[in-house]
Amino acid sequence: MSIARPAGDWPAPAEGFVVYQRKRGWAALDLRQLWAYRELLYFLTWRDILVRYKQAVLGVTWAVLQPFLTMVVFTVVFNKALGIKSPDSAIPYAVFSYTGLLPWNYFSGALSRSGVSLVGNANLLTKVYFPRLVIPISGVLAGLVDLALSFVVLLGLMAAYGIAPTWHMVFVPVFVLLALLTALAVSLWLAALNVLYRDVQYIIPFLVQLWMFVSPVIYPISAIPEGSLRVAFALNPMTGVIGGFRWAMLGQEFPGGYMWVSLAVVAVLLVGGLFYFKRMERVFADVV
Amino acid sequence: MTDIAVRTLGLGKMYSIGGEREKYRTLRDTLTQAVRRPLERIRHPGAATHSSTDLWALRNIDLEVENGQALGIIGRNGSGKTTLLKVLSHITEPTEGRVEIRGRVASLLEVGTGFHPELTGRENIQLNGAILGMTRAEIKDKFDEIVDFSEIGRFLDTPVKRYSSGMYVRLAFAVAAHLEPEILIVDEVLAVGDAGFQKKCLGKMEDVAGGGRTVLFVSHNMQAITSLCDRAIQIDGGRLVNSGSADAIVAEYLAQQAETGASATWDSGKGPGDEEARLVSVQVLDDADTIAPFVSTDAPFHVRMEIDLGHVDDALTIGFDLVAADGAVVMRSFHTDGSPEHWPRLRVGRNALSCTIPAGLLNDGRYFVMPRVSLYHVRWIVHADSVVSFDVHRDPGLSPYAITSRPGAIAPTLDWQTC
Repeated sequence: MSIARPAGDWPAPAEGFVVYQRKRGWAALDLRQLWAYRELLYFLTWRDILVRYKQAVLGVTWAVLQPFLTMVVFTVVFNKALGIKSPDSAIPYAVFSYTGLLPWNYFSGALSRSGVSLVGNANLLTKVYFPRLVIPISGVLAGLVDLALSFVVLLGLMAAYGIAPTWHMVFVPVFVLLALLTALAVSLWLAALNVLYRDVQYIIPFLVQLWMFVSPVIYPISAIPEGSLRVAFALNPMTGVIGGFRWAMLGQEFPGGYMWVSLAVVAVLLVGGLFYFKRMERVFADVV
Repeated sequence: MTDIAVRTLGLGKMYSIGGEREKYRTLRDTLTQAVRRPLERIRHPGAATHSSTDLWALRNIDLEVENGQALGIIGRNGSGKTTLLKVLSHITEPTEGRVEIRGRVASLLEVGTGFHPELTGRENIQLNGAILGMTRAEIKDKFDEIVDFSEIGRFLDTPVKRYSSGMYVRLAFAVAAHLEPEILIVDEVLAVGDAGFQKKCLGKMEDVAGGGRTVLFVSHNMQAITSLCDRAIQIDGGRLVNSGSADAIVAEYLAQQAETGASATWDSGKGPGDEEARLVSVQVLDDADTIAPFVSTDAPFHVRMEIDLGHVDDALTIGFDLVAADGAVVMRSFHTDGSPEHWPRLRVGRNALSCTIPAGLLNDGRYFVMPRVSLYHVRWIVHADSVVSFDVHRDPGLSPYAITSRPGAIAPTLDWQTC
């Protein structure tokens, strides 16, 4: 019968050995290791995209139809019936709301997918080793295809209304990246929490629904009174993303101050999410 | 100093049953507990606040595997073999001790991990290859070889949901068989697929083990262990109880199993299986229906299995493997082997089935019965190690020349004629 020895009481391993042992507290992010698994990230993203379009009869058409129909309903209900107007008389409400819907739909789709992604891939987690971050990241990346498709429709819509894009358009990738990071930041929290608490998957649709109403998708940010209420709205990172996206596409007023608030919130959420995820990562395979 | 590829030092893995390991918690439970715990502490000071029990799935495992060595890992179901592989594969974190590994590791704990039913065979080869750790370039290089090995040919561009389960397993194994890591960790994955393909897989595995790669291999197939592995270890109750040459460890393991005798019975709900089908007893009986640890081949004898069924599935097959002392499977028999109208009728609740093994079939020596219950081509319900054993005395019959002992797992008396 051997006697239990305290952990860490071993001689150092020889050169070239990788050591697995229990880690306590906060783990290092180890982004280099994530990079080593980039091909797996590529294949999992590719799988998500492939499967989504294969299962649906209309396939790719959904990516275009969904934001378009939402825009039509928004225009009829909020613009025609309730009188919410585009802040710029040169931009019709249809184009205004559609431009907001693009980053919003991307964000909500990414959240719904990535938030449950760890539980959905439980069989992978328990059978193969890879950095678990690959899973929520691939969920967030897969949504970019939908975004690109609906972006083409936006260009068509702008052409139909005779709105010329401005030079600001070169910043579109920046705001897409910001939308991606925002979606990732929130997804990391949701995905990790959902492994531990299955309630999260029921909360996500509800969260997404409420979140849309506090984001300037239907209405412009200028509709919110200046002062503390406006600042509170700016704490929602999607306010900055949508404002920035509209600025880049339609040449509306630059979001300015609240943009920086949104950026700071994203940074805090993302860094916190990464560390929380890494910390919880080691129990995923045991709990999921 | 020898060249070590894998080393474990005081390795242990603990699960808290009812705690961390519990399937999942809900937020509500956590919130109510957060409120209740301090209250209980006020009401019952000094009472234990943890109601969970700790279960050590592995404890104090010290192990060294040399580079290029094939190590077999044997033990009863639930002994901790799979947990060991999971810790070695870095899937789950050890609770104490540590693992030191040198070389690229690939683990194969299941065939077809990450297969998606909607994707085609071609797409799944690429996806599964990537999941198992192949690079895109490697997948491209090996692609044709994988397709050849899998024998799926023209179904390459069909979604795998339309595959038969045999094709599915063949494709999945073909990908896995073309992994080229320095260290390969393999769980019981050969228990699936048809016999021909199993043999092909074993051949492929032998190439891997013989090709200078380090292999850690869990199996219930003792013959596979002795033919593939140089060394073997036995795990029982999460502890390493025996280690040595594969032949010696397998022989000792089978001898231990033999002590169980010719009859095994379990309390209701405790036998191998699940809610759908659970064994109650397995017995070897002679022609007079008495338990027979020794049988003579001058008369037929019976393997009797009692099983509780929660549900009668059309695909249910109940049977056993008959295994010789060296671990070779002599035969596998299922109650569904005859034509369907002659299958014994099953019902929900207790069923007793008896299989007759004819006179004049087996050779001298010890045989083991390993129960096998499955949903045909869906999953194994019972795939247990030996539960009963018996010794056979070969009756030489009336021939003066049949008295000498015979080589072979069986020694049937067959019909000879001039023609």
